Amino acid sequence: MFVLNLVLKNTLRHKLRTLLTIFGIAIAVAAFGFIRTIVTAWSAGVEASAQNRMITRHAVSFILPLPYSYLDRIANVPGVSAASFANWFGGVYKDAADFKNFFPRIAVESDTYFDLYPEFIISPDQLALFKAERNACIVGAKLAAEQGFALGDVIPIEGDIFPGRWEFTVRGIYRGRDRTTDETQMFFHWKYLNERIREMQPAREGMVGWYVIQVDRPDDMPRVGGEIDGMFENSRARTKTETEREFQQSFVSMSSSIITSLKAASYLIVGIILLVLANTIVMSARERMREYAVLKTIGFSGIHIVGLIGGESMVIAILGGAIGLALTFPAAGALAAAFPTFFPIVNVEPLTIIIAAGVSLAAGLVAAMFPAMRALRMNTADGLRSVG
Amino acid sequence: MGESIGRPMVEVRNVSKSYHRDSIEIPVLQQINIAVPEGEFLALMGPSGSGKTTLLNLIAGIDRPTSGEVIVQGTNIGQLNESALARWRASHIGFVFQFYNLLPVLTAFDNVELPLLLTNLSKSERRNRVELALKLVGLADRMAHYPKQLSGGQEQRVAIARAIVTDPTLLVADEPTGDLDKVSAGEIMDLLDRLNKEFRKTIVMVTHDPRAAEKAHTVTHLEKGELA
Ligand SMILES: Nc1ncnc2c1ncn2[C@@H]1O[C@H](COP(=O)(O)OP(=O)(O)OP(=O)(O)O)[C@@H](O)[C@H]1O
Ligand SMILES: [Mg+2]
Repeated sequence: MFVLNLVLKNTLRHKLRTLLTIFGIAIAVAAFGFIRTIVTAWSAGVEASAQNRMITRHAVSFILPLPYSYLDRIANVPGVSAASFANWFGGVYKDAADFKNFFPRIAVESDTYFDLYPEFIISPDQLALFKAERNACIVGAKLAAEQGFALGDVIPIEGDIFPGRWEFTVRGIYRGRDRTTDETQMFFHWKYLNERIREMQPAREGMVGWYVIQVDRPDDMPRVGGEIDGMFENSRARTKTETEREFQQSFVSMSSSIITSLKAASYLIVGIILLVLANTIVMSARERMREYAVLKTIGFSGIHIVGLIGGESMVIAILGGAIGLALTFPAAGALAAAFPTFFPIVNVEPLTIIIAAGVSLAAGLVAAMFPAMRALRMNTADGLRSVG
Repeated sequence: MGESIGRPMVEVRNVSKSYHRDSIEIPVLQQINIAVPEGEFLALMGPSGSGKTTLLNLIAGIDRPTSGEVIVQGTNIGQLNESALARWRASHIGFVFQFYNLLPVLTAFDNVELPLLLTNLSKSERRNRVELALKLVGLADRMAHYPKQLSGGQEQRVAIARAIVTDPTLLVADEPTGDLDKVSAGEIMDLLDRLNKEFRKTIVMVTHDPRAAEKAHTVTHLEKGELA
């Protein structure tokens, strides 16, 4: 069709200008997709949280421990189908300055913990071996791949919160059930931790970091939470029980100002895309006013002119958007590779792709709107007088 | 020459045109009356700013008069709405401009084909017509050339081919030789002369060039918006 043919020819008219514009849009779209991917990676824990799990932690702060003795009382609350607990271990593995070595190390109630996390897929044999050995550990598949951990390997950790030299033998490797499952964690026996603490600092014995609770019915969560917290209202360590989602959310919102600035940056980028494109389209349309007038004189209608201007804008926007989206994937991959444990789950989400594509298309339309309107309103006789 | 003249092809009746700049009204044409018979070759002359282009645009239906009527082949074109007027122009008028106004991204062939794209002629019919028109202006061997690869005179001949490819009855030309050297200008005038005589096109041409005007049957002078 004639309009399309002329659109393509016009697009190639100032090759450098068109290329630079496409390139500019591509960079901006890639940056947009990249930033959104960071934001979603940041809140990946929230997305991955289970519908039927709750977390009970110290009412004052997450870092304060709770007595081990709460377990039975929590497990007996009506509506609770299972309960387990975990404790943040910390420690230093090899060179602490290397981000790669900063993976979560968590002491768990090994008999029950994995029952509550069906998204950690581990073979029954490995799980049995792990349970049978005092200083065994289980690591995520992604972590194992990154660090080269194999079954039977010993992982030495220098303790900080819990001083001393610790050695854990890899007896199991878990895989994630979903793409959103974190495969970078290391789990070992809380019993082992507690034994050694008893020897070194008896005062710290019998404390756990947080309880994990499974409920029968998700809509029962508010009542269960209220009942648990009520139970310990007058205890030395009061509790705060929330859904796993809320719990994860509180981590993300700790860094909410960073997220907010990233989001603001992504909106700015949308503006940049629009400006880059609008600049080019306004310029081309102005140069071609006389040609549009000639076409109108010959008998072409406003729709043809709008098609020419809009078409050029859309061609550039679509090419820029497509290249930008294509660049988003390697950029996200590079992010995941650079901070494997910091961002355990990096996915370019379908929604990100849809938004980025939508933004490009919308920019194509908006950028063409004003020049097209001017060309439509232009008096043909005046247009013929204009000096192209 | 006069034997082909019949009833008026173009009638301009009491036409006035003024432009508005802010609140000031700038009169450009006042009470113009012209009748252009079919088969006429009319030259409009006059000093710069006298309103020649304005009058030509009114006759060609590119612009509308402030008052008065323009009737072409019995159609009062002031009564047509924008899109009807555009369609009317496409089928009735051929345009030739001083600066050729070819689209630089299209070949001579594609430029000449432009007006035919608005018709429902088949591709092969269009091809035949375009080739015929380009042959007529002596550029059959330049069909694949882009405007940049043509001389000014050749560009203007392509523009004339574009103007006649739909076989309109009326050709309007605004200083068609204004940007050309003497030889090229002579060729263009010979071509217009031939179109008038052989193909019986009615031509209204604005020109500053007395040599060009010699080819016309009638020369009308415009002076400060009035016929002199
Ligand atoms: N859009 C417009 N707005 C205001 N004034 C205009 C406009 N178009 C033309 N004019 C004025 O109308 C007058 C006649 O213009 P026109 O172009 O018809 O003259 P012309 O006889 O063709 O001149 P030239 O020989 O230089 O081409 C001029 O004074 C011009 O400035
Ligand atoms: Mg003029």
